[in-house]
Amino acid sequence: MAKKSWFLPAILGIVAIALPPFLGGYFQHILILVMMWIAMATGWNLLGGYCGQASLGSAAFFGLGAYGAGLLHLHWGISPWWGVIAGPVLAIIVCIPIGLVTFRLRGGYFVLSMLAVCETIRIVFLNWVEMSAGPLGIIIERTWGMEKLPYYYMVLAIAALSLYVVYRLMKSKFGYYFVSIREDQDAAEGLGIPSTKYKMYALIPCAGIIGLAGAFYMNYMAFIEPNVVFPLIISATMILTVMLGGPGTFWGPALGATIFVLLSELLRAFAGPVIGTIHYLLFALILVLVIMFLPNGIVGEWAKIRRLFRGKKPVYVGGE
Amino acid sequence: MAYLDIKHVVRKFGGLVAVNDITVGLEQGEIFGLIGPNGSGKTTLFNTINNYYPANSGEIIFKGIPITRMSTHKICRLGIGRTFQVVKPLRRMTVLENVMAGAFLRTNSATKARDKALEIVDFCELMPRKDMPAKDLPIADKKRMEIARSLAGDPELILLDETAAGLNLKEIEAAMVIVKKIRDSGITCFVVEHVMKFLMGISDRVMCINFGVEIARGTPKEMSRHPEVIKAYLGEEYVKGK
Repeated sequence: MAKKSWFLPAILGIVAIALPPFLGGYFQHILILVMMWIAMATGWNLLGGYCGQASLGSAAFFGLGAYGAGLLHLHWGISPWWGVIAGPVLAIIVCIPIGLVTFRLRGGYFVLSMLAVCETIRIVFLNWVEMSAGPLGIIIERTWGMEKLPYYYMVLAIAALSLYVVYRLMKSKFGYYFVSIREDQDAAEGLGIPSTKYKMYALIPCAGIIGLAGAFYMNYMAFIEPNVVFPLIISATMILTVMLGGPGTFWGPALGATIFVLLSELLRAFAGPVIGTIHYLLFALILVLVIMFLPNGIVGEWAKIRRLFRGKKPVYVGGE
Repeated sequence: MAYLDIKHVVRKFGGLVAVNDITVGLEQGEIFGLIGPNGSGKTTLFNTINNYYPANSGEIIFKGIPITRMSTHKICRLGIGRTFQVVKPLRRMTVLENVMAGAFLRTNSATKARDKALEIVDFCELMPRKDMPAKDLPIADKKRMEIARSLAGDPELILLDETAAGLNLKEIEAAMVIVKKIRDSGITCFVVEHVMKFLMGISDRVMCINFGVEIARGTPKEMSRHPEVIKAYLGEEYVKGK
């Protein structure tokens, strides 16, 4: 069992390292996006999937990560690569007071307050022109020009790091406590689990990982402005990818992110001239279907899917 | 001073006084039973002890430490474990993982928590079920798993809330054996129960409450004959000599 579960990831890892040099720039670009979304979805899943504290405004961390890198360049002319440190740090600094306030409340408060925080930050960055350059945004010169490969290995490392961090956390006491809080906060408190504290322990790496992806985005895209890095659609896409792949599963977010990026590129490339940006409508439809038929995502319902394709009737255990 | 000292505790929900001036002391190592009809305030009293509902007034002292305003998880760390009347399994975790979540209270190492959990799962005779998701367990095993989960945190006092409710006779007897085993391992037990057979068989002392007020206290035998207790459970006309 243990052997088998490492076989597929190892193959994928080797392919991810060895294949890209042989691909064209366009495919390298797509793989970069895949890796970036894998990191973000994996980070979101730590707090939203495992700990049960879904956030509707995680683009805040992404944007802060990106601006953490961009502002260094804008104000002090420091290389935005330092953003890979400054970005996550900025995201974490901002997330701590939000968590401290909202995690004391139950249920939807965190969800909604993150949405409010994210929108607030977006508007501040749009209007406080002296600080952020406002809607003009920040443009940098790309370190490697049009060369894509170095960026790919950079973001591959970020995705691998985020998977590693989440893997280690979930194998430890933290993981058991996160899931306990998600399953029943009262029971968790009764077992001596300080739920507010452990929600913070889930939020901090989550903000850090998403912030790191944001800092990478600044360096890769070379241009950011508030409406590009703080929009609701980025927060929503994180949720969508995790829901699709399987919230609270280790590989689910990565799978969801891969499907999302590939599918949206396909739609844009082939159906784009016909349907335009209507592909988001299609994703909404997919999300509805996933929630209805695969509430635990593709990875979470894998057994169910397999039975379906083998043509046997699904066997339900317990009150599912 | 008693081991667990509950002094003049009052808990109100709006106009309803669910626990009204209860004073009781538990001694270390005993099984103390709490009985009372439905809605008499038994579970509410438990909920004030580990501060799910803060007491409106009064004081609760455990091992000489006031815990009335302490947060729930700190009270647990201090050594008070509990189970729930309406079971609260960590549904999508296995039995072993549930118990491990309890065991992490005293260790940071996953290996040690697993060893401890296996030991407790064995103690509670749940070994055949250990890899089952908690949501798929039958009710008797869910209740037993809650006891195991709580024991894994090495409590000194355990609050057992209606462990026997909804169980058949055979399961009740099995549960009695476990509670006795827990007491014999040195843990003080505070037991809320409806099933008289259960309490009569195991407890050292019993208190009966109704409408949040204490109406009688004594040995299990005394309680089964106590006119106030019979009145509270069965009605005035069942009291002998009337």
